[in-house]
Amino acid sequence: MPSLVISVTLFILALLIGIEVIGKVPATLHTPLMSGANSIHGIVIVGVVIVAAEADTPLSFVFIFLAAVLGTMNVVGGYVVTDRMLEMFKSDKKNEGGAK
Amino acid sequence: MQATTTASAIDIVAWFVYLLAAVMFVMGLHYMNSPKTARKGNFISAAGMVIAVVMAFVKLFVQHDLIHSWVAIGLLVAGIAVGAVAGVWSAKKVKMTDMPQLVSVFNTVGGGAAALVALNDILAAEGTPALVVLITAGLGVMIGSVTFTGSLIAAGKLQGIGWVKKLSLPGKSVWNVLFALLTVASLVMLCVMPGQRLLWSVLTTVFALCYGLVFVIPIGGADMPVVISILNACTGTAVAMSGLAIDNVALIVAGALVGSAGVTLSVLMSKAMNRPLLSVLAGGFGGSDGAAGSADGPEGTMKETSADDLAVQLVYADKVIFVPGFGLAQAQAQRELADLGELLKEHGVEVEYAIHPVAGRMPGHMNVLLAEANVPYEELVDLDDINPQFPSANVSLVVGANDVTNPAARKPGTPVSGMPILDVDKSQNVVVMKRGRGKGYAGIENELYFEPNTQMLFGDAKAGLQAVIAAVKELLA
Repeated sequence: MPSLVISVTLFILALLIGIEVIGKVPATLHTPLMSGANSIHGIVIVGVVIVAAEADTPLSFVFIFLAAVLGTMNVVGGYVVTDRMLEMFKSDKKNEGGAK
Repeated sequence: MQATTTASAIDIVAWFVYLLAAVMFVMGLHYMNSPKTARKGNFISAAGMVIAVVMAFVKLFVQHDLIHSWVAIGLLVAGIAVGAVAGVWSAKKVKMTDMPQLVSVFNTVGGGAAALVALNDILAAEGTPALVVLITAGLGVMIGSVTFTGSLIAAGKLQGIGWVKKLSLPGKSVWNVLFALLTVASLVMLCVMPGQRLLWSVLTTVFALCYGLVFVIPIGGADMPVVISILNACTGTAVAMSGLAIDNVALIVAGALVGSAGVTLSVLMSKAMNRPLLSVLAGGFGGSDGAAGSADGPEGTMKETSADDLAVQLVYADKVIFVPGFGLAQAQAQRELADLGELLKEHGVEVEYAIHPVAGRMPGHMNVLLAEANVPYEELVDLDDINPQFPSANVSLVVGANDVTNPAARKPGTPVSGMPILDVDKSQNVVVMKRGRGKGYAGIENELYFEPNTQMLFGDAKAGLQAVIAAVKELLA
């Protein structure tokens, strides 16, 4: 099944990119990094939308509703709180406007 | 014929839009490599998320007959609205000291959503799903469910909810092995007998949920940072597995990125705690401290000092290093420490903060807490960079940190041996602010406290720092 072969390849390459990129993040930013990465796994919401297209049983309706609530909470909350944290990181040179 | 062409065209467009979203996630993480660009990175990553979700909706409307999935779309939109409100509310409300709990809660919901998507994919398929779908979706269900209950317990423990902390599990390894085997067995059965997929997928879910509980319950509270990282990695993997099952590039790449982030951070954390990752996960240490008690304690007496004396030492110093630990955050005294630092800097004293990798309750937590107190990030110095500077420091002020300053770590045969520590004892004078004479998490006395150049200031960190600030102001007046 060629599509799975491609998908697994993508998965492994993305893992390697992840390790490479994450390794360069300074310790100072590890908490925002973790919560930022956390919101990225909220991408599962895309999966929820996709399966919603095929839903036709009451059980799957329940699943879609629950998954949409959980996934969106993950995404939106994650990005908002990460931004809240990053906003606080200020530089010593006060005139240069801090973390922006 | 026309319809098929349209469908494949939109498929190709969607593929590239999802790929673009994935690229934006990588860019977002890349910009996290400096506090200057990190906020922009988070924004790019969020924009990628919006693009991916919009694409999914566009595809939904273009490809499917709306009348049939009307209920589903209504529920989907309602669910997104509820989730968005809940997400923003919790993100705005949370205190920075409570960040680890919130991350854990987001892990819970993310893992739950991934498990639901995968479960739905198994159950909703018409006819027998392909083996590939069964394996990947099955793994998604399994990992997502473990994360769901595991993160829930982790959040409860970090929040200090009484009954969650008291939960114990006699014969923990037996339960761990039992539920791990049952989960894997159900997953295998699901793949072997797809005819009864309802039964086997429900069993996989239930056993995996139980495994999540027995996995996290025995692990001690102080090891939770590592556990959160691991669970974060698990959620990422669960999402990637769901992505493989529904063949979606955005889910695969995003899941893999989160997976590698979680694993990288867990490894860093467990190295900084001087414990092999596996021993943290096996849940030893936190429960028993038998080995710790047998070690010979250091000899000698502690010398006490007063806020006034400390103020004199600080004001007449050329260089002062602050060493904050989680005790500082527990006493909510970050602002006082920052104020003291500011006061000394105005007086011409060089002030720096030594940040141990495990200061706080998750990686980098202390940096966030001090950033909230307006300490510029340039003054927060990592272990490797600050250690050579201790000999030139006139005074090191340790506030609420213990094991990470214990010189016993340099000798073999103690519970902290080999752990990377801050070389506080090498500075000319050391003052330790500490709530009481209690031992640290490792359960041993800190040799630092008995050194001739060390003085102790017992009491609440917040009240103590306020007294020091008042005394310093008096001296400078």
